[in-house]
Amino acid sequence: MRKFIFLIIFIFQSSFYTFAQDVNSLVQKVKEKLALVNDYEASGRMKTNVVFLKVPIATVKIYFKKPNRLKIKNEKGISFIPKGAITINMNNILSVSSFTAIDAGLVKLDNISVRVVKLLPQDDTSDVVLSTLYIDETNLVIRKARTTTKDNGTFELDMSYGKYTEYGLPDKVIFTFNTKDYKMPKGVTFDFDDGDAQKKAEENMKNRKGKVEIDYTQYSINKGLSDAVFK
Amino acid sequence: MWKLLQFEVFKIFKKPRTYIAFAAIAAIVLLIQVALLINGKEYVKFMLSSLDDTLDIPYTQIRNGYWICFAMLNLLLIHVPILVALVSGDIIAGEANMGTLRLLMTKPISRAEMMLTKFLACVIYTIMLLIWMTFLSLVISVVLFGTNDLVVAKEAELLQIEKVDVLWRYIAAFGFATVALIVVAALSFLLSAISENSIGPIVATVSIIIVFTIMSEMRIPIYDNTVKPYLFTTHMLGWKGFFYIKADEDGQTIRGSIQNLPAIMKSLAILGGYIVLFVGSAIFIFKRKDILS
Amino acid sequence: MPALIEVAHLSKQFKEVRAVDDLSFTVQQGDVYGFLGQNGAGKSTTIRMLLTLVKCTTGTINIFNKDLHTHREEILTKVGAIIEKPDLYKYLTAYENLSLFAKISGVNVPKRKIMEQLEMVGLADRAKSKVKTYSQGMKQRLGIAVALVHDPELIILDEPTNGLDPQGIADIRNLIIGLSRNFGKTVLISSHQLTEIELMANRILIIDKGKKIVEGTADELLDPAKTIVEIDTTDNASAIQKLTTSPWNKFLLSNGGRLQFQFNRSQIPSLINDLVGMKIDILSVQPRHSLENYFLSLTTAPHVEAAAI
Repeated sequence: MRKFIFLIIFIFQSSFYTFAQDVNSLVQKVKEKLALVNDYEASGRMKTNVVFLKVPIATVKIYFKKPNRLKIKNEKGISFIPKGAITINMNNILSVSSFTAIDAGLVKLDNISVRVVKLLPQDDTSDVVLSTLYIDETNLVIRKARTTTKDNGTFELDMSYGKYTEYGLPDKVIFTFNTKDYKMPKGVTFDFDDGDAQKKAEENMKNRKGKVEIDYTQYSINKGLSDAVFK
Repeated sequence: MWKLLQFEVFKIFKKPRTYIAFAAIAAIVLLIQVALLINGKEYVKFMLSSLDDTLDIPYTQIRNGYWICFAMLNLLLIHVPILVALVSGDIIAGEANMGTLRLLMTKPISRAEMMLTKFLACVIYTIMLLIWMTFLSLVISVVLFGTNDLVVAKEAELLQIEKVDVLWRYIAAFGFATVALIVVAALSFLLSAISENSIGPIVATVSIIIVFTIMSEMRIPIYDNTVKPYLFTTHMLGWKGFFYIKADEDGQTIRGSIQNLPAIMKSLAILGGYIVLFVGSAIFIFKRKDILS
Repeated sequence: MPALIEVAHLSKQFKEVRAVDDLSFTVQQGDVYGFLGQNGAGKSTTIRMLLTLVKCTTGTINIFNKDLHTHREEILTKVGAIIEKPDLYKYLTAYENLSLFAKISGVNVPKRKIMEQLEMVGLADRAKSKVKTYSQGMKQRLGIAVALVHDPELIILDEPTNGLDPQGIADIRNLIIGLSRNFGKTVLISSHQLTEIELMANRILIIDKGKKIVEGTADELLDPAKTIVEIDTTDNASAIQKLTTSPWNKFLLSNGGRLQFQFNRSQIPSLINDLVGMKIDILSVQPRHSLENYFLSLTTAPHVEAAAI
């Protein structure tokens, strides 16, 4: 019986070690693929869905430069960018130098089999507490990611790939994040009461998730990007 | 009627007190513009502080000419009634006090015509005041601060209107505000018709507006469900309805849309009703009044 | 002469106070009609009713043979008025005041006419000054110009000489007399000063407490044959006794111990001669015509019944 238990432990440990090695190399491969991109300038349409925020669909430009600089700009108007939106670029998640990768098995995501990898940063000072990546092993791209941070809550990313799969850049990103209550001080706004105010206040209390959807129309990759755009 | 209207408008614009209102609006608007030019970002931050943790807010872009105009209208349309009352509260009572009313009423003009003309003169003054306010708060702000999308902060939501979709809303809002301020003019006109000095109607108008505004904004169910829907001050805020843009199910605003146009129209109709009630009562009372001043 | 104003049984009740009580009178075309009464007698209320400022409680007013109530605007086109103080727009100039009132008087008044009016009242050189810089007399004159600017047929002036200095009063008086004599205007003028009315009016109405006391032509009311002479002596009682046997007894009025006679003014010297002959020591002789007598009686007697002469 004791021998059996040892055997089980041995098998479990060795298999864990083997898987850990596999996911590390998988993450490494994904990272290497993403490393092909030094910078990009992308055009896209951004749709924001936050219960208390009613904004138009925005035409945006997204700028990225290694190692982890990202800027979303609305050239024509105003855009409210969620805090943590920087993580929409996977480089920024994987740029943490040392982390422990744990394999959490395979799952199906939109009929595509993906490996779930949990990344635990080894640096205590990192804002990221835990990242869960859903990696498409065939194309070496991350299809979904969930990041829990110390200060900015939990973010979730859903990505679809197309033309720019070879660079690990998505055609579409859905970024989901937690929102806090929005409430203006009473008597400041002097709202016109059209009968909807109460209903809206109740809705806001129910839904505390925000969503930003970016459809990329074009990437301009590794063309050299001035630092000025990030100011 | 036309000659009489010219006569009334001429008198209004010959009176130094008329220009107090124009000067006051210019002073308020310019002071706010200077303040926002220097501390606008901090003001936007104060307004949107509850969102600061969730979103990166483009404060500088939000503080544009359209936004400043909206912020100013918020302030001005609460205070301008006082300036409207300054003239319309004086238009009959001031003449009674000065002694010119009795001379005027010996002229071959019917009392109803005289009253209607005087009221029309108040309307013209109110429109002039609003045009002046529009020029300063919209045109000057846009020149000084430029244009961008307009962000409207409501108590429970934040609305963003694309800049190409803003101007017509201002035009509509100014139109609505004109009707709202005409209600104030009509109220002080009525009070002016029953008073012998102009201070009374001016103070009474301002007091009524303050009391009604407090009742409108207190959010106490006993008032909310009973008197609030009928107070004209509740409906005077209807101009804001033009800035409450509609959003689709995904929360995306729809260009050119209004959340609740019927509510605005209802408010407009109620305000119109008040105008008819106030002016009608003023004429009714004045027609039966002995002029003893 | 046709009647221009016909007032019949006019009354006005202000809550507890009956300001005008069953008043009837007629003003003929071309009259300078003096409307006399003490302050509070009901003159202003009556005038305000004639100008539709105050509603009548009862009674009718016809002006230009038309009912004032139903033809108000038509009638007022032909009426010019000053009611008590001539309050005008202080923040406007004399010219602006005059031109504004001309515009709304229902007739077209050319600029030249406006300047002529200002010249007539002696304000042409101050036409561009704001009324707030005017003296009371200048305001009064401007008020008259406002009343006349649209060339009315009937001019109603309520206490137009109030607050004026003697020269101002004389100017207004001459203006009114001139309007009547030279332009055939009908003027209704109210005053509480008998001397003023005496010097201008051809017909006079005295009212008190809203009621008519006396109405008549100035000739009748100022008839020298009905002069009342009051004589004060060192001993009035003894003087009256001495006079009972004299021919003057028939002119003697019994008036509470006062020595009063009514006769033709020309008889005063011979009365004085006779009194001196009777060794009566005279302190003063005061002749008064009947109108003055009526008016004075209002200030002394609690109530005087309406009378016609």
